[in-house]
Amino acid sequence: MRVVHYINQFFAGVGGEDSAATGPASTPEAKGPGRKLANLLGPDHQIVATVWCGDDYAVGTAGAMDEILTLIQAAEPDLVIAGPAFTSGRYGLACARVVAAATAAGLNAVACMHPDNPGLDEAGAAPVVASGEVARSMGPSLDTLAGAARTLLLGAELTVDDGRIGRLPRRSVLDEANAATRAVDLVLARLAGDRDATEVPLPRFDQVTPAAPVDDPSAVTFAFVTEGGLVPDANPGGLESARATRWLRYPIEDMSRMETGEWRSVHGGFSTVFANADPNRILPLDVARELEGEGRIGALMAEYFVTTGNGTSVANARRFGVEWAADIRRSGARAAILTAT
Amino acid sequence: MGAPRIVRTRGIPYPAGDPSLSPEDEHAWRRRLVEQGLAAVSTHVSQPTVFEVSAE
Repeated sequence: MRVVHYINQFFAGVGGEDSAATGPASTPEAKGPGRKLANLLGPDHQIVATVWCGDDYAVGTAGAMDEILTLIQAAEPDLVIAGPAFTSGRYGLACARVVAAATAAGLNAVACMHPDNPGLDEAGAAPVVASGEVARSMGPSLDTLAGAARTLLLGAELTVDDGRIGRLPRRSVLDEANAATRAVDLVLARLAGDRDATEVPLPRFDQVTPAAPVDDPSAVTFAFVTEGGLVPDANPGGLESARATRWLRYPIEDMSRMETGEWRSVHGGFSTVFANADPNRILPLDVARELEGEGRIGALMAEYFVTTGNGTSVANARRFGVEWAADIRRSGARAAILTAT
Repeated sequence: MGAPRIVRTRGIPYPAGDPSLSPEDEHAWRRRLVEQGLAAVSTHVSQPTVFEVSAE
């Protein structure tokens, strides 16, 4: 059967961070990790195309998924495989969106990433199987992925036994044991030391590995970010007061402070009277410029980023974080201060 | 909530201020907050860590 493999610019051998803005392309053969994957899939299945794309382009460009899907569909796959993306945020988001788009288009698809990858929730109804944390675990990750792929190509569904992670679609099935028996089984499992067994997995809040400290703030460009909903007074970008689905960026170059009357907070979760009376209470630009002038901060990024942190979904918040980190890194800034209301 | 480095402030509606202070004192407080932020990003942490700013 025909398999199309999606990978990013790094695993395609095109380049690293410097090539992250490259648009999608397709090549009619297995590439990078796809070569080993092709061996593991065996002689009955063939990787007929590798579709790859720069991570920034894939997650940051409107219409990127349509372009990628068009390339995938051109190869007429029986199955679309994306990854493994390990814990790479943008790559994970891209893989999740690729399999979500492929599934929505009626294709069979599976992605592979670590359970902590922020992209996991974006796969929607498409199945995702677990990879290791970093590329060093490529071997076992490909074993899991190839096994899942073979199962899907047989027309079967993936379960946790195949390494499936993320939200499982709920279906009614008839179990041989009734609820009371299963509940007692779970209690016994817990008493025996199994703390993970459950029939109702709860959402997980992942741990973030702290970034390394900056050596010298006076040599570093700082980004300022806020979830306090602070926008130009007319709110030209239409930032939401709650359940934000987007973030915005506004220039602060050539400004020594946030002037009263020119900015306001649209946050719907607290009284914005104090913020509007002095917007530096949300974005401390006045003292940041002082510290920059004294040489204690190397420089300030030319724009600040803003969203509204009020009932914002974890999935959206994760996405904002990934996009901010990529944008800040690309700008050359190496530290960020986020004011949280 | 998983943020690795946290500088504790005085109230949700004014993370970088304190309206109970005079304008001069509030400015000084905001400056100490950002200075503590610079110290925080320059400090190695292995888990979410709260950095306190002294009142004076």
